[in-house]
Amino acid sequence: MSDDPDPLVVDLAGVRYCVGRRAIFDGLDLQVKRGSITAVMGPSGTGKTTVLRLLTGQIYADGGSVRVLGHDVARLNHRDTFALRRRMGMLFQNGALLTDLDVFENVAFPVREHARLPEPVLRRLVLMKLEAVGLRGAEKLMPQELSGGMARRVALARAIVLDPELLVYDEPFVGLDPVSMGMVVRLIRHLNDALGITSIVVSHDVPEVGSIADYSYLLDGGKAIAQGTTAELNASADPAVRQFMRGTSDGPVSFHYPAGNYVGALLDSSDIRLRKRRGRPAGGA
Amino acid sequence: MIGAIRQFGAIALFLLRTLAAVVPALRRPGAVVRQVYNSGARSLVIIMLCGLVVGMIMGLAFSDMLQRFGSESALGEAAGFALLKELGPVLTALLFAGRAGTSLASEIGLMRATDQLTAMQVMAVDPMRSVVAPRFLGGLIALPLLVAIFDILGLFGTQLIGVSVMGVDSGTFWSQMQNAIDVRDVNEGIVKSIVFGASCTLMAVYYGYNAEPTAEGVGLATTRTVIASSVLVLIFDYMLTAAFL
Repeated sequence: MSDDPDPLVVDLAGVRYCVGRRAIFDGLDLQVKRGSITAVMGPSGTGKTTVLRLLTGQIYADGGSVRVLGHDVARLNHRDTFALRRRMGMLFQNGALLTDLDVFENVAFPVREHARLPEPVLRRLVLMKLEAVGLRGAEKLMPQELSGGMARRVALARAIVLDPELLVYDEPFVGLDPVSMGMVVRLIRHLNDALGITSIVVSHDVPEVGSIADYSYLLDGGKAIAQGTTAELNASADPAVRQFMRGTSDGPVSFHYPAGNYVGALLDSSDIRLRKRRGRPAGGA
Repeated sequence: MIGAIRQFGAIALFLLRTLAAVVPALRRPGAVVRQVYNSGARSLVIIMLCGLVVGMIMGLAFSDMLQRFGSESALGEAAGFALLKELGPVLTALLFAGRAGTSLASEIGLMRATDQLTAMQVMAVDPMRSVVAPRFLGGLIALPLLVAIFDILGLFGTQLIGVSVMGVDSGTFWSQMQNAIDVRDVNEGIVKSIVFGASCTLMAVYYGYNAEPTAEGVGLATTRTVIASSVLVLIFDYMLTAAFL
């Protein structure tokens, strides 16, 4: 059980994070209440996954504070960071299953690393988690034999096998067919309620994540430009929020990455010479 | 120059981190045995084939050379020295770098590219202990065993050609070898094979672990593994040969 009575499981206050000279976040505030599902949404490249990397201590903020389960992540040493991570689970965008282990061993992996359970107990535990994601029958399959949706569900079983207090999902709906997507959506809600955990879902699939989120944050320009329930965000008068929630092309959120004059770039031959000098074909990768 | 010093420092630090993870990794002997199989048993065919062919070449070349001086009876002695002290450890290490080293580097590089190493860290599992240390130990154990097999097949190949084709007396071949080679020569080969095993495997796990998470990055890691391993093997071979004089 948690040793912190704080109702906030995650508390980001005035977070600043830069990659080179580019500020990904500049004054980001974000709070997650215990037992809730919180959605972190926003257009591509706004740093949604970076939020999860800050929470799990993979990277550190350049300013502000990142508190997770009562701990200031930046002040933890290596051992304490690992102790904190044992209380969390993370679902990666591609599943990140260990390709040399079968489904059963993938789910058993964190348990084998952190606990010394008798083999029969471990087997029951893993089968219970696989049953929860509907893949008990796939225990002997290798990751290469799984579809994208199945791999995501195995990764989910692995993420919950140590009964985490906080579960973070990185783009859990990307590349899934409608049936798999519907199943994953229901699973996130079901696991959150049944296991009594707190969930953070990073996604830009507005209808899916909006249907299960208790509270949502919309990121853009290094800040949370809006927050509230799905209904509140849908009713927002802010043009950027309306554009994102409705998925329209017209609005302040630009489709194009910042660039110079288009016609000038088409007529400028110096770029071709420059690329040739670098050994790259003009216009090619 | 500064880049080279920085690279050397990074490799030295990585070696220290690997050594620190070796003892915890030994608590899971199954993982180490699996890596001995991956690095060693899967390299067995190419090592045996090359050992036999190198031995056969030596049987031809040494016999021809020694006959010019009327010393063909020294074939066993010459082949034994060459294989145990130099050719066995060096050629096996170079083949090992090409077969097992590239395999290790690309495997770990792909684990990096597909977020498997990051997933381990997020699960509070240290990849140095679970991925790097077992592979390092696997290579360290496998290479001396492969060198021994290379030497045996090499001597067999030399005897096969030297005795059967070039007409050297079989008894002379083995007795000359037995009289000339002592424990110190065998030890030199053993020490070299351990050092080469450590350096080849260290290069593979270092470049794999630090590979850019792209297709190009993984390819570059395997290339660097072969180049760095080969250069290190030759440099260490010179140093150890000088030390054993």
